[in-house]
Amino acid sequence: MNRVVPGFPLSLGITLTYLSLIVLLPLGALVWQALDIGWDRYVAILSGTRTAAAFRLTLATAAGATLFNAVYGLALAWVLVRYEFPGKRLLDALVDIPFALPTAVAGIALSALFVKNGWFGGPLAAIGIDVAYTPLGIALAMAFTSIPFVVRTVQPVLEDLAHDVEEAAATLGASDRRIFARVIFPAIFPAFLTGASLCFARSLGEFGAIIFIAGNLPGRTEVVSLLTFIRIEEYDYPAAAAIAATLLGLAFLMLFVVNMIQLWQQRRIGTGD
Amino acid sequence: MATEPQTPAHTRARIRVGDGALTRRLLIGGVLLVTAFIVIAPLAAIFAHALSHGWAAYLASFASEDTRHAIWLTLFVAVVVVPVNVGFGIAAAWCIAKFRFTGRNLLVALVELPFSISPIIAGVAYLFVYGAQGLLGPWLQEHDIKIMFAVPGIMLASLFVTAPFVARELIPLMIAQGSEEEEAAVTLGAGGWRILTLVTLPNVRFALLYGAALCNARVMGEFGAVSIVSGNIRGQTNTLPLQIELLYQDNNAIAAFAVATLLTLVALFTLVAKAIIERLDAARTRALGGTPGH
Repeated sequence: MNRVVPGFPLSLGITLTYLSLIVLLPLGALVWQALDIGWDRYVAILSGTRTAAAFRLTLATAAGATLFNAVYGLALAWVLVRYEFPGKRLLDALVDIPFALPTAVAGIALSALFVKNGWFGGPLAAIGIDVAYTPLGIALAMAFTSIPFVVRTVQPVLEDLAHDVEEAAATLGASDRRIFARVIFPAIFPAFLTGASLCFARSLGEFGAIIFIAGNLPGRTEVVSLLTFIRIEEYDYPAAAAIAATLLGLAFLMLFVVNMIQLWQQRRIGTGD
Repeated sequence: MATEPQTPAHTRARIRVGDGALTRRLLIGGVLLVTAFIVIAPLAAIFAHALSHGWAAYLASFASEDTRHAIWLTLFVAVVVVPVNVGFGIAAAWCIAKFRFTGRNLLVALVELPFSISPIIAGVAYLFVYGAQGLLGPWLQEHDIKIMFAVPGIMLASLFVTAPFVARELIPLMIAQGSEEEEAAVTLGAGGWRILTLVTLPNVRFALLYGAALCNARVMGEFGAVSIVSGNIRGQTNTLPLQIELLYQDNNAIAAFAVATLLTLVALFTLVAKAIIERLDAARTRALGGTPGH
C-alpha cells in the first residue's frame, strides 16, 4: 500500500462503480435470464438441431482460423523479428489493420473479394473452390479479424530470446531444424499458445466480419453469434439467453486457459528454465 | 511499446537459425504474399469499389439524408463515449498502478474482461437490463425512459465494448514509471488533482492519446453490440457500420463502400497516430536516456 500518493479511495471507488454498472450489471442480467430458463429447457435449446449445428460449425471454423493464424502468425512474427528487408515497418503496421478496421467493413470487403465475380472469387471458382457462402468463407473472415493475436504475443518473446543458447547449439553442430525444434520453439511456445487461444476465443464470438460472407443458411452456414442475433429479432429471449450464456461460458473458459498458460510461462521464466 | 530490433553489424555476420538465403527468401516471400492477399487486398477492394463509378458517384453517396444522419450520430456517440472511457481509464490505472491491495489482480482481469466477450453477448446482456423484459424494463417504462433501441443504448453498449482501451495502455506504463515523481510532488505540498494533471498525465500523454484513438476507432466501428441495442431505425438509430450493412443489403454497393472508406480512413489514421506516437516515445527515451515508455 502506497501511503504517500493520494487518491486511492476515489480512484478505486470510480473504477468499481463504473465496472459494476457498465460490465457486471449486464453480464449479471444475462446469467440471471439464463438461470431463469431452467436446466431441462436449456439442454433442449442447445441440443436443438439448428443450435447444435451452429455450435459445431462455429467451433470447427474457429479451429480452422486458429490453425491458419498459428502458421501465418508465427511466420509473420519470425520474419518481423529475424530479418531486415525493405517495407518491414509497413508490414509491421499492417498487422494491426484487422484490429483497427471495423468488422462490418472487413466483412463487406472480404465478401466483395470472394464472391463469384470478385477479384479472388472468380479465379478460385474456376479451380473449384467456393469461398463465399461456405464454411471456408466463415473461417477466412474469422482468420482475418484475429491475425494480430499470435503475431503480437510471439513477437516480443522472440525479440528477447537470448542468442547464446542458440549459438551454443549451433557450435555443437545441431542443425537449424533441430535448434528451432529444441531451443527456439519451446521458448516461444507459451506465448504462441496464448496467441492461438486468444485467436480461437475471438473467432468463437465474431459476428460483423462473418455475416456478409457466410450465406447464413440455418444448419449449414449459420454461426452461433448470428443465431443469437436472430433469436433476439424473433423475441425468443430464452433461446437467446441460453445461447449467449453458453458463449459467455466459453469466453470465460478461454480466459481461464490463457491465464493458466501465462502462469506457466511466468513460472518457467521465474526458474530460468 | 515495440522496440526496434537491433542488429549491429557484428551480430549480423553470425549465422543464426533461418539465416540461410533460401529459408529467408521463402519465409519473407510467403508472408508478404499471404499478407497481400488477406490484408492489403481487402483494403484496396474497399477503395476500388467505392470509386468504381468515379468521384461524382462516390461523393453522391454522402448526399443521402440517412447517411448524413449516421455520420452525425456516430460522431455524437464517440464524443460522449471516448471522454467517459478516458476518465475511467485514468481512474483504473491510478488505483491499479500506484497502489497494492487485495484483489488487485482480479480488478485488472475485470478491467480487461470486455475484450474477451463477444460484442453480441454484450448487446444481449444490455437488452436483459434495459429492454422491456429486462431487469429495469418495467421501471423504465413506468417512467417513460427509453434506453433500448435509442441513442442511450448505443452509448452504453459502446462504453462496455471500449472500456479497457485507455486503461490497458496506461496501466503497464504507469507501473513501469513508479510513484517517485508523485511522492516528490506530495512532499512539495501538491494536492491530488495537481499531481494528476501536472505530473502523472504529462508522463503518460502519448499512451493516453493512443488509448483514446483506439477507443475512438472502435466506438465508431462497433457493429455487433450496437446492432442488437440500436433497433436499426433508419435515420434515427443507425450508426455508420449499421448504415453500411443497410446499404450493402439494399444492393447499393457503391454507397456501402463509400461509407466504409470513412471508417477505413479512421482506422488508417489511428495506425499512423500509433506509428508517430511510438517514434516520439522512442525519441524521448533516447533524449532522457531512460527506460522505454518514459
